[in-house]
Amino acid sequence: MRDHYQLIIIGAGPAGLAAAVTATNHGISCALLDEQASPGGQIYRAIESAPATRAQVLGSEYQQGKTLAEEFRACSVEYFPECKVWSLNSEREVGVLYKDQSKIISADQVLVASGAIERPVPFPGWTLPGVMQAGAGQILFKSAGVIPSDGVVLAGSGPLLLLLAWQYMQVGVEIKAMLDVTPHSNFLSALTKFPRALLAHHYLTKGLIYQRDLKRAGIVSKMAVSNLKAEGNGELQSISYRHLGREHSIETGLLMTHFGVIPDIWLTQAAGCQHRRDSSQQCWRPQHNEWGNTSIDGILIAGDGAGINGVRSAEYAGRLAVLQALFSLGVISQAERNQQSINPRKQMRKERHIRPFLEAYFAIPQNMLATTDKSTIICRCEEITAGEIRAAVDNAHGDSNQVKYLSRCGMGPCQGRQCANAVAHIVADAGGEAISDSSLFRGRPPVAPLTLAQLASLSAENAS
Amino acid sequence: MNTDILIIGAGLIGTSTALQLAMRGCRCIVIDKASPGRHASGSNAGGLRQLNRDLAEIPLSVAAAKMWHNIENLVDSDCDARFPGQIRVAENQSDMHKLEQRAAMVRSMGYQHEEMIGRKELFQIVPALAPHCIGALICREDGYARPYHALTAFRQKAESLGASFHSDCEVYNITQEGDGWSVRTSQGTYNSSIVVNCAGAWAGELAAQMQEPVPLTPKALMLMVTERLPHFVDPVMGAESRKLSFKQMQNGTLIIGGALVAKLDFEQERTDIDWQQLAASAKTVLDFFPQLQDVRIVRAWAGIEGFMPDNIPVISASHKANNAYHAFGFSAHGLQLSPVIGLIMAQLILDGLSELPIEPFSISRFNH
Repeated sequence: MRDHYQLIIIGAGPAGLAAAVTATNHGISCALLDEQASPGGQIYRAIESAPATRAQVLGSEYQQGKTLAEEFRACSVEYFPECKVWSLNSEREVGVLYKDQSKIISADQVLVASGAIERPVPFPGWTLPGVMQAGAGQILFKSAGVIPSDGVVLAGSGPLLLLLAWQYMQVGVEIKAMLDVTPHSNFLSALTKFPRALLAHHYLTKGLIYQRDLKRAGIVSKMAVSNLKAEGNGELQSISYRHLGREHSIETGLLMTHFGVIPDIWLTQAAGCQHRRDSSQQCWRPQHNEWGNTSIDGILIAGDGAGINGVRSAEYAGRLAVLQALFSLGVISQAERNQQSINPRKQMRKERHIRPFLEAYFAIPQNMLATTDKSTIICRCEEITAGEIRAAVDNAHGDSNQVKYLSRCGMGPCQGRQCANAVAHIVADAGGEAISDSSLFRGRPPVAPLTLAQLASLSAENAS
Repeated sequence: MNTDILIIGAGLIGTSTALQLAMRGCRCIVIDKASPGRHASGSNAGGLRQLNRDLAEIPLSVAAAKMWHNIENLVDSDCDARFPGQIRVAENQSDMHKLEQRAAMVRSMGYQHEEMIGRKELFQIVPALAPHCIGALICREDGYARPYHALTAFRQKAESLGASFHSDCEVYNITQEGDGWSVRTSQGTYNSSIVVNCAGAWAGELAAQMQEPVPLTPKALMLMVTERLPHFVDPVMGAESRKLSFKQMQNGTLIIGGALVAKLDFEQERTDIDWQQLAASAKTVLDFFPQLQDVRIVRAWAGIEGFMPDNIPVISASHKANNAYHAFGFSAHGLQLSPVIGLIMAQLILDGLSELPIEPFSISRFNH
């Protein structure tokens, strides 16, 4: 690993891989840093190693990653797998941990392709063993073919939930129920977005096929479910919910939930990039322009880390951001940048037609984003409840950070990843204020936990 | 808005001053450009230290320690204060010699709180310490508190006695009008008979506006905190010849500091962690506690504080104007002093003098 590169790309998902291929075609010095052992990110996880039968279940969209991974392997990027990026600052200095050695490297341009994380939505009982996120279920399936053996209840909202249900069905997992928390009012708000979504009808068709197949298989599917609760003594034993005005309960040892995905903004936050609240996507994302420039010179963002637009769009955004980086580096002219961007930009726009519809249709109800159940644990590291957060706000601790100082919520080993969004929503709700650009916790590095010895190795590295 | 006393800065110093004034029946308002405890007061390491203070600070620090030991009487909360002692470790004879001289000096001033301990007692108190250490200076009554909890307790007590706190209230300018002051802020103009400058890192700008410039430097001190560990060390640890400040909090996390300065963009209020320095700090910690090598650092941060060139604060009536007072520049060791500073300021403002010796902290010391 060198001390300096013209371009550092962080993340080996679709945006990062496409960016690396485009960048090295122009002969610049470029490193790609990724925490996983092989390329693909979350969406194309294990793309090089998944057996054909599993890849088939994972679908054609997944298999498209194969070509991209091959192109990536053939390009001249310096690829550092199993490399933990633990800091990024506004000077484009990147703190990395590679082979148990810390190092700070720098670049003229940094492209953050951090991708998305599942939106954590606390509800009563969500911390019980036996409740897990659907994304984690997908990781187990993609990387190791592991599937639930004793059946599962799926609950939440979003395309991934439907996809996972369909995939599980294909491999014979017993799906006890599909509980969709999307309220009926979402249909109306999504309706106005429907004509544009028709321009990307293949996505709609796929969704309808999944639903049809699940129905044919006789899987119980409930819409507009509310009051979701996980219950059990020390571990999940059952779940309860309300549907059409009646309470129901299902015995299950496994509940997988999914409430959509949100940008992973920890690196851009650490760098001090400005972030905006996106009300349609119900998340915060780094402010950026059509080339992926953030508010900090030389730091670019592409893919779902910039705002959720899906796998195909991420690939095009990665290419566009690299064109901008190449232009900033003086490798290509403005005219060349603009010329080469025409096609990827056109493709990217096409991919995005579906998004406003999906965002409206799968919007998480406000009373789940900011739970009113006071006993629900919000910060699972420090075991802080929604009631404690509301009490702090009532006591004149008016923003997330003050609530954090007082209650310790967000101060545990996950560094607030699990609770930041929920705390922001609850604080705004309790204070009767609108959620804003600055409602989140301020970022606290390191972006990934480091041991004292690993950090200390940085000073040895510097001295050598 | 009209008030008798306007305190600028809702950190611990301003809040403590408001509390003592409110206890004596004064009407005061505390304004802050952000929120109470937003910077140094909310983000410091929480040390309650008499040990190794500047000699001028000793009388104040000793008085403050008495207040901390009875803090519940003052603010109806223990502020999560604990008193397991603070220790300054000697690693060699030269360290030992310097610490012995220090202890003798403090004794000669008539104070007993700092004492030397030898190797045997050191390892009885801190069995986990690396074996090369040979002794220490100790103050057994010292300890730590949780700063934001302390600040909140002080604020709530002050509020219960009639003080008001206004957040998001940034000062644009201060002008003297007759014997009083007109302070124009982002929330309108405040007219007050008396102003008190407790603005921490921003106090230098205010002092300059009050025609009394001081050589204050804003700096951002870094801290890092680890995951929770089983309890293994009681006192707060420092070292004579190394940058070390290390404590295990009530919940098991370790707070590691040691006067390490982050990169600071003061205008933007933006701090960037200097990892090389924190790496050196991590190495120092491992020199004293090698068994901690696999402990994970969960977060690092930096709080913006005002530093004076002589590293002691300004605690003073204005020497340029009537009805103006200053308490700032605590140079990253104000938490312990804060209860007594409130008391001193209330005395200065209401009685015209303080019972404690504050001449060394006069603002006039910079006017040569």
